[in-house]
Amino acid sequence: MNSPHEFYLLSNGASVPWADVPEWTVNELVDATAAELDRGGRLCAWFGVPENPGVRLVAVVAFDADNTLAVARSTPVTNSYPSLTLLHPQAHLFEREVWEQHDLTPAGHPWLKPVRAQNGDQPVQGRFFRVEGREIHEVAVGPVHAGIIEPGHFRFQCNGEEVLYLEIALGYQHRGIEEALIGGPHLVSVNQMETIAGDTTIGHATAHATILEALAGAEAPLRAQWLRALALELERLANHTGDLGALAGDVAFLPTSSACGKIRGDFLNLTALISGNRFGRGLVRPGGCRFDLETERAAQLLGMLRTALTEVEEAAGWLWDSNAVRARFEMTGAVSHEQAGEIGLVGPPARASGLLRDVRFDHPAGWHRFAQIPVAVWPGGDVLARTEVRWIEIQRSGKFLEEQLAAPPEGSIREVISPPAPNTLAVALVEGWRGEICHVALTDAAGKFRRYKIVDPSFHNWPGLALALRGQAISDFPICNKSFNLSYCGFDL
Amino acid sequence: MFTIDTIVHRLRHGCRTMAFPDGPRPELPDRHGGALRVDATKCADGCAACVPVCPTHAIAREPQKPVALDLGKCIFCAACIEACPTHAITQTNDFRMAGRTREDLVLGKPGLEELRLAAALGEKLRKLFGRSLRLRQVSAGGCNACEADVNVLGTIGWDLGRFGIQFVASPRHADGLLITGPVSRNMELALKKTYAAVPPPKLVIAVGACAIAGGPFVDHPQIRNGAQLILPVDLFIPGCPPHPLTILDGLLRFLGRID
Repeated sequence: MNSPHEFYLLSNGASVPWADVPEWTVNELVDATAAELDRGGRLCAWFGVPENPGVRLVAVVAFDADNTLAVARSTPVTNSYPSLTLLHPQAHLFEREVWEQHDLTPAGHPWLKPVRAQNGDQPVQGRFFRVEGREIHEVAVGPVHAGIIEPGHFRFQCNGEEVLYLEIALGYQHRGIEEALIGGPHLVSVNQMETIAGDTTIGHATAHATILEALAGAEAPLRAQWLRALALELERLANHTGDLGALAGDVAFLPTSSACGKIRGDFLNLTALISGNRFGRGLVRPGGCRFDLETERAAQLLGMLRTALTEVEEAAGWLWDSNAVRARFEMTGAVSHEQAGEIGLVGPPARASGLLRDVRFDHPAGWHRFAQIPVAVWPGGDVLARTEVRWIEIQRSGKFLEEQLAAPPEGSIREVISPPAPNTLAVALVEGWRGEICHVALTDAAGKFRRYKIVDPSFHNWPGLALALRGQAISDFPICNKSFNLSYCGFDL
Repeated sequence: MFTIDTIVHRLRHGCRTMAFPDGPRPELPDRHGGALRVDATKCADGCAACVPVCPTHAIAREPQKPVALDLGKCIFCAACIEACPTHAITQTNDFRMAGRTREDLVLGKPGLEELRLAAALGEKLRKLFGRSLRLRQVSAGGCNACEADVNVLGTIGWDLGRFGIQFVASPRHADGLLITGPVSRNMELALKKTYAAVPPPKLVIAVGACAIAGGPFVDHPQIRNGAQLILPVDLFIPGCPPHPLTILDGLLRFLGRID
């Protein structure tokens, strides 16, 4: 590295004394971060830590090819700093969030408006981007949508059927999760982590548990890490199967739609076989897991898993055999490889744009250090590619589970871990079914959380949906939306 | 030939809808646990071991009074069961949990060890809605777990439509709201507007610990502690999230379709 500013390097699931995190002026931090992003780094988190006076900015950058994370911080700043977004659009929402949370203006930010701030009984609505012209009309959708789905607001600028621009305004689901963690971990914190995005209970709970284990200088027993890896893939299977069904439903292909709706439930029931709860509530805890998968139970799970996998293979086969479905998916809602990189997409949408990005492969922690799953990449960036990636992942997760169930590690499933170390920063990444989940915690002198940053994969990916709609017919919005299937509450926190 | 294949598959699969409620119910996982039962007479004098371990403040014990567990606030983490030295709190393995009032969900007092299951709607409303109920679902800070397990009732296995219950796209077409989530402050206005758009007479159903009392987010300034603080609620279905069977049982009980 030739840069005069060297980031502190650490691996996923590790911690570093706060004092050892390099500290630069904010201008240097912005320049150094931009330089790292220029040479292929990826912004995992960019957030503020309040000081008295001012706010420090912290950058967490991932070098996927090197399996390394890099952190640095600024000296306390007040009022404003030069915007990173101008150089790297992937910082766009992070800087809006910093502005909203700490009143720190990224000078030159092209579209500075609130992310999720509250204004009485509704979110603060900033101005919306408008296309002017006599032939232009605006379509406003939400917050309450037509189905059983979370709330959010979509504002389309249309010329006839064609969407020129889509702006997505969220914040309706804001429950104050990050704020509540300050001074923690509290008794209820782990339950809140399980409900950041309720369909990603295992993903977020694993990230949180990894943070507390890193801060304690401990590791969960191997058998618990194995259990977490199994549950993470079961979560992926259930959600990806549901998505295949929803995509089929949106193009009125009912055989796959109805079959997958049922099979999704069968996968959820596998998680319930382990923990009693279809979403895995109560399974992952700091220090390990609360429920074991005994030999007999594992055999039962394997039997049920094989049935569900056979059924989903059949249902997916109908979908892929249909020319009408393929034609509808193809060339719809494309996000190019370059765009995907620039805006920092993660998870299946990134891999469907040909980007090799998967925390399980790039930054293996826990059980993934010992057992790998090949990364599912597909070119094209359209609805077809995002569906293909999900389908490949269903098959690979299934195979992984079959392999892992055959060779369980022995030992305990939970150990008591010591309280978090004081004045320490820890980073944990988990590849949830939507993509990279990032938790960053900083403790105070008493070992309590001074700052806890949560980045749900949807935070990176909502701008991808907005881009996918450009130049698309407005009637394509439902399948584009389903092909991303992003979280509202995970974004709103 | 694809079209023929599809038809053959469909014929081979036959009917996938469960027999419940006329036939046997689907099997629940053995670790599910079901509703709780609280026998306060078993509490040791002055013992309040269960109170501080509850993450959602669902358990209270005032001096000289029996312990009171509010199943509406409960997220079924089982911490109280593990903490209780005298086994006063136990799991019933009963999936039925819906109640008509908040008081019906409070357990502990002699005679009130278990929740009081929901009674059916009065005759007039039952005539209106008993065979045809259209609901608008509003997620107000929900985490997408309650939403998912409400959604699953529409799949072929559960087929909610066979009971005449359907989720509709507009409040104007609805007979009531099914609310999930603690009611985030940011959704309060939208929820009120949606309720106002439903023509009377209208029903409100709160599904999940969040919609009943705030769930794991209870007392956060960014939320209201459940739908009841904003709207009159006619049915409460506890759980985090409630099992689809629990939700279905609640809806059918409410409409007087099962006893």
